[in-house]
Amino acid sequence: MPRRRNEPDVLIETPDGLFCEAGGFHIDPWNPVPKAVITHAHGDHARPGSAAYLCAGPGAGLLRRRFGSDTPIEPLPYGRPLRIGGVTVSLHPAGHVLGSAQVRIEGAGGIWVVAGDYKRAADPSCAAFEPVRCDTFVTESTFGLPIYRWDDTATLMADIAGWWQSNASEGRSSVLFCYAIGKAQRVLAELARDTDRPAFVHGMMLPMIEAYADEGVAMLPVRSATDQPRGTSFAAELILAPLMARGTPWMRRLGSHSDGFASGLMRVRGVRRQRAFDRGFVLSDHADWPALLQTIDETGATRVLATHGHADPLARYLREQGMDTGVIRTAWEGEGAED
Amino acid sequence: MIRFARLFDAIDSTTSTNAKVAAMARYFAEAPPADAAWAVFFLTGRRLKRLVPYAAIHDWTMAATGLPSWIIEESYSVVGDGAETAALVLDQLPIVENTAPLPLAAWVEERILSLKTMDPEVQRARVMAWWAPLDRLQRFVLLKMITGELRVGVSQTLVVRALAQASGLPVATVAARLMGDWTPTPEWFVSLASTEPTDDDLSRPYPFFLASPLEEEVATLGDPGEWLLEWKWDGIRAQLVKRGGAIHLWSRGEEIITHRFPEIVAAATHLPDGTVLDGEVLAFRDDRPLPFSALQQRIGRQKQVAQMARAVPVVFMTYDILEQDGQDIRQLPLRERRERLNGLLQAAAATGVLRRSPVVATATWDELAGLRRESRDRGVEGLMLKRSSSAYGVGRKRGDWWKWKIEPYTIDAVLIYAQPGSGKRASLLTDYTFGVWHEGELVPIAKAYSGLSNEEIGEMDRWIRRHTVERFGPVRHVQPVHVFELGFEGIARSPRHRSGIAVRFPRMLRWRKDKPAAEADTLENVQRLLESAGG
Repeated sequence: MPRRRNEPDVLIETPDGLFCEAGGFHIDPWNPVPKAVITHAHGDHARPGSAAYLCAGPGAGLLRRRFGSDTPIEPLPYGRPLRIGGVTVSLHPAGHVLGSAQVRIEGAGGIWVVAGDYKRAADPSCAAFEPVRCDTFVTESTFGLPIYRWDDTATLMADIAGWWQSNASEGRSSVLFCYAIGKAQRVLAELARDTDRPAFVHGMMLPMIEAYADEGVAMLPVRSATDQPRGTSFAAELILAPLMARGTPWMRRLGSHSDGFASGLMRVRGVRRQRAFDRGFVLSDHADWPALLQTIDETGATRVLATHGHADPLARYLREQGMDTGVIRTAWEGEGAED
Repeated sequence: MIRFARLFDAIDSTTSTNAKVAAMARYFAEAPPADAAWAVFFLTGRRLKRLVPYAAIHDWTMAATGLPSWIIEESYSVVGDGAETAALVLDQLPIVENTAPLPLAAWVEERILSLKTMDPEVQRARVMAWWAPLDRLQRFVLLKMITGELRVGVSQTLVVRALAQASGLPVATVAARLMGDWTPTPEWFVSLASTEPTDDDLSRPYPFFLASPLEEEVATLGDPGEWLLEWKWDGIRAQLVKRGGAIHLWSRGEEIITHRFPEIVAAATHLPDGTVLDGEVLAFRDDRPLPFSALQQRIGRQKQVAQMARAVPVVFMTYDILEQDGQDIRQLPLRERRERLNGLLQAAAATGVLRRSPVVATATWDELAGLRRESRDRGVEGLMLKRSSSAYGVGRKRGDWWKWKIEPYTIDAVLIYAQPGSGKRASLLTDYTFGVWHEGELVPIAKAYSGLSNEEIGEMDRWIRRHTVERFGPVRHVQPVHVFELGFEGIARSPRHRSGIAVRFPRMLRWRKDKPAAEADTLENVQRLLESAGG
């Protein structure tokens, strides 16, 4: 469908982020606003302080744990249309983390979909991505270069399990650094397919794991490594920890260990070596290059706006394929920081 | 090829040296000798010549994927490596089924080396056909090889350890066999791993016998007459091996340093065959040792050896004789070995390069303590005390050989930067940089890692975290408050350091909680130490 040039844009860029004038709401605003529609609970998308929030039903628990239980959060089931001002809004699974949503907005300027962050690989800890037809598609581009292409999850999980096992056989613990919302729970849910051996986690991950459990996600049983009595041995155990714990005094309790990092960033050898993890696991919650292209194709969009990470090369590549493209700047330019 | 690529990956994906050694040992035990020979070639840092320029790899990648040039460039700017960029991008190509994978040796000898004489168009067709059945990892290794850039993250020492593990040979044997020129043939690898003696074994040194630091009062050693006393020279401990007409000089790190010191080789030609001497390579002029920093100019210098030999002359200061007329005499008492050494060197010492480490004559321990105080003026590090009846042992065995070093140089310096340690200390800020005052500023003078107790390390760690002024990556700039007494072994001018001075083996002796930062030493004080050291 050709773009209707005379129609106003459904969303515009403002100093607070993407804004829908006809509906009077922002999407993932980085400053407090009257009404915020949130794609998912990661820190670069969900900021505290807004007067009202709308998010997908399964994500409400995570948002409450981040912002406090008295925050005005309106959960909306996936797929249910909601009239807001002059537009109709619905949320659709993005497959990124629990409760992650694509925001579909139908207004006078046509149908827009803001995908937020998304992935196409199966993930037992959240609902699978559903392609939504639209005129304008706002896509993430965290890994928008052809070097990024993920191996299948089963292979990666076998790598992680094998690493844990070989460390265990040498009496070492395995410390897997990963993001506290999404990656940790995905790993725990994947591991639960093959074992019921409990894993330890950094104390700050517990509330987020609880939020997943509340939504019925089956995961390995976990214990807080932070709350164990002094002198507890972690030999042979798996410990999940956020990256910010690396190099802090907290690590001392873990004793002899091997450390690994689960992130799409680990695809590049130089990054692996520079960060000096014992192991890098290329397990990402973002779309890789082929998934970005496939998804853009499936939306049928005639205009694609790229945001986050490698937005410029993705936009240029699509433009050279004859597509109408643009780039949306964000306040968060830590490339793949939350992967 | 796949086995070698997996080995590359195993080495690349661990920071543990033990794991790297284990992976290599497994490879050497399993791989056919022809492949293992090439693996040793690559693992020890040898490289093929660049057979294909990176620009060609870029063009072939474009042709194979249909991607525009600019996006491959853009990818390169993220990856920082041409071969890896290509391998990652080529990952979108299906892997063509291959029923007869080629082993590493065939890849190198039949394929890769043949690129040299091919036209670019033929090269392109060949390489694109070659990579089709390879997985991402093998494509990466192949592209690294043909661009002459394959580097593996292991030191020669680790390769030697792995070969020793796989073959059951002593490390020294493998190290010796890997020295000099060799070509990676299956026959060569078989002889490398052979438990039968080979011609190369003639060059092997004995394990070094090491002294322990004297911590008790010297008088506890009993009768001074039972001890052989020598100066502790500050050079490179080495064994001079002459067997089968060939001369080899080995450093304590089991490295052959023969070619660095041609004057020692020349002097050793006068030695009888079947001789092994233990001694110290020393920079030496006008009957006096030069500082260690002078000798350093001759280490690591591959070229201009002759020119450097004139600028910094060296001697081999001999302590001991371990083999005579081809007989291992390490079990003889030191007293007797010294007599044999005297007899030998009187004949050979004509050039003055082969010298005997003189015996320090003394009647009492008090007198010896007095002589020890002259150490710095004599350009030595202190004294060696060896029991006259002792055999030449292996490694560091306490009781018979002691080193009685002089107190190191000391300064009081201010802690200015801290960063995390490595390994077990990765969570603690244990690597410190210290400064001394110069024109109202603290100029970095030394880095030191050791010397504090665990309690002190913990206390410092907490203090640093609370008093960080600025952060540069892992490095924290802290408030200039804490003064430490630093000890070091040597001092030399260095244009590479901002202070103009490099210190050797710095360590923390004491946390001077009693001393305010303003009263720490100045750069001028340190320069005076340098002058007194004759540097």
